[in-house]
Amino acid sequence: MQGVAETATAVAGYAFPNDFHVHWSLMIVLYPYITGIVAGAFIVSSLYHVFHIQALKPIARFSLLFALAFLACATLPLLNHLGHPERAMNMFLTPNPSSAMAGFGYIYTAYGIVLILEILFIYRETLVKLKDQASGFMKNVYGVLSMGSDNIGARALALDHKVIGFLAAIGIPMACILHGYVGFIFGGVKANSLWATPLMPVIFLLSACVSGIAGIIVTYLIIKPRAADSECIRSCIKFLWGFFILDFVFEMLEIGMHAYLSTHHWHALHELFWGPLYQSYWIYQVLIFSVIPFFILMGLSLIRFNDFIVKLFGFIASAMILFQVLLMRWNVVIGGQLMSKSEQGVVSFHPEWIAKEGIIPAIIIMVLPLIILFILSKVFPFWLPAESESSSSK
Amino acid sequence: MDELKLSEIREEIQKDRRAFIKNVLGGTIAGSLLMVIPAGAMEFPEQIPGMQDETGIFITRKKFAFIVDITRCIGCGSCCVADKNEYKVPEGNYRTWVERYIIDDHDNVFVDAPNGGLDGYTEPREDVPNPVRDTFFVPKLCNMCEKPSCVQVCPVGATFQTEDGFVLVDDKRCVACSYCVQACPYSVRFINPVTKTADKCTWCYHRVRKGLLPACVNVCPTHARKFGDLNDKKSEIYKIMRLPHIISVLKHGMGNKPSLHYLGLRREVV
Repeated sequence: MQGVAETATAVAGYAFPNDFHVHWSLMIVLYPYITGIVAGAFIVSSLYHVFHIQALKPIARFSLLFALAFLACATLPLLNHLGHPERAMNMFLTPNPSSAMAGFGYIYTAYGIVLILEILFIYRETLVKLKDQASGFMKNVYGVLSMGSDNIGARALALDHKVIGFLAAIGIPMACILHGYVGFIFGGVKANSLWATPLMPVIFLLSACVSGIAGIIVTYLIIKPRAADSECIRSCIKFLWGFFILDFVFEMLEIGMHAYLSTHHWHALHELFWGPLYQSYWIYQVLIFSVIPFFILMGLSLIRFNDFIVKLFGFIASAMILFQVLLMRWNVVIGGQLMSKSEQGVVSFHPEWIAKEGIIPAIIIMVLPLIILFILSKVFPFWLPAESESSSSK
Repeated sequence: MDELKLSEIREEIQKDRRAFIKNVLGGTIAGSLLMVIPAGAMEFPEQIPGMQDETGIFITRKKFAFIVDITRCIGCGSCCVADKNEYKVPEGNYRTWVERYIIDDHDNVFVDAPNGGLDGYTEPREDVPNPVRDTFFVPKLCNMCEKPSCVQVCPVGATFQTEDGFVLVDDKRCVACSYCVQACPYSVRFINPVTKTADKCTWCYHRVRKGLLPACVNVCPTHARKFGDLNDKKSEIYKIMRLPHIISVLKHGMGNKPSLHYLGLRREVV
């Protein structure tokens, strides 16, 4: 298949002959999924660092490293998708200013720099202490990461905290831009009735927050199933529910508006939602993976259950929401291409397991951030009560 | 009086003889010169008048338009065959195609384009349940938009618009991100599986530059595909566009301003 474009099959009506190819397949499903997780995880950290939600203190550092691990892999699906990845740098060197896609490299790099700087400043005190304890190679690593400064005096740390506050503050709009922009890439395609809605960046952004928070809850509970701070989990669940209310309501409003306006676009979308997307959208995305976690989260937020129940159902709901967001990406990215631009026909698409852009490469790309996270944990301690105490005091 | 006249006539004949011999000699010399001077400009018969005078990088004095007359198309598929031969278009991808429309007496519209119409429509469609009220063919190709979405979205500027209005792809720059394929409202683009770059109809830019008509126009037996210069008042294109005709473009509401026009376009056409 060589991954240039995977071929779909006709279901009904008339599709233009070139519309039998799904050019944006699994890799482009993963790209907004990964950047969404990055943006959402950063928001979790900022809720603590900027908005001083004290309950989120235990995961404030972890969520930044979690964001970094996924950010490091955000370009992989894109590079794997390109027909000429060796020319990818052209987007940097000769960008077309009118292209929404050309901004990606700049936004991604700027956000990456802010994220890395924030991690280094938050960890500086810890890194200096670790450097003193370490020897050999690791001592050098900590030396470089602490930016060559051993000064952990009160004034130096106070300055660090000012920098951290500043970086976290500018990081919020940047994280929003990073993912709102991904929504723009899709929303800006006027030829595609499913994508071309000004709500697209909003929905992408809200679902990003949701997937980031859910991802943090799931990994936090996997790493520390017993020791996880239950107040922190409760707080995360409330935020998750809050963002999910907005996310889900906007998703439903969007399709509701299309149906109510009932322009010729809706007739094409109707074919899609009640055709090839019926199962993956209505049954899986909406009914199973939105409605069920919605009520679980509502229950956990409104009723005070014991810690075990909160952790167990918090985990289940978060995992389901992670899957909901993946389904949403699938239904938007793939779904938009299943409707021919003839607006007279739809095609169906099933990914292959072993192909350049198949399921196996997708799994590898989703596992990689977890491996990177594990490596990061060897350098940056995720949970250090004493350290997080001091960095949280500002 | 008569004698005088006769001598004058004789003189005239003499003159003519001289002129005739002069002309023959001159012609021979000119002819011999033509045989020794490489006749680059004369290599092709010029199908688009004045093209061989265009020496600049871009064609500046012309404004090209493409007209498809759907009342003439017979769905023979010659244009698709010519296109495939011209560009070696890989299987399953189409720079141009021909759609068949059938409208039954219940106003149901049936559209198909098996293999892009490449094989010609030699068999009637079997699955139309009611008597057929009307049927026609619609050739499709690049719309060469004045405001092309593909050029707008290309992140590296590989898809570009020339000053003479052609939308082309630089396959040395294209990264094959497929954004242009998504953005084209007419689905005329594809990723060429051989070159792994975006590809589409160019209105045979390489032929037009040499004064030749696009391959599909050249082979169309019914003259349903027409190509020419809107600035040339003698051209058929000019006459069709400037005189009263039922003429329209596809997906007008997209705002892309296509330079591909359809003569006798029907509302059923997608």
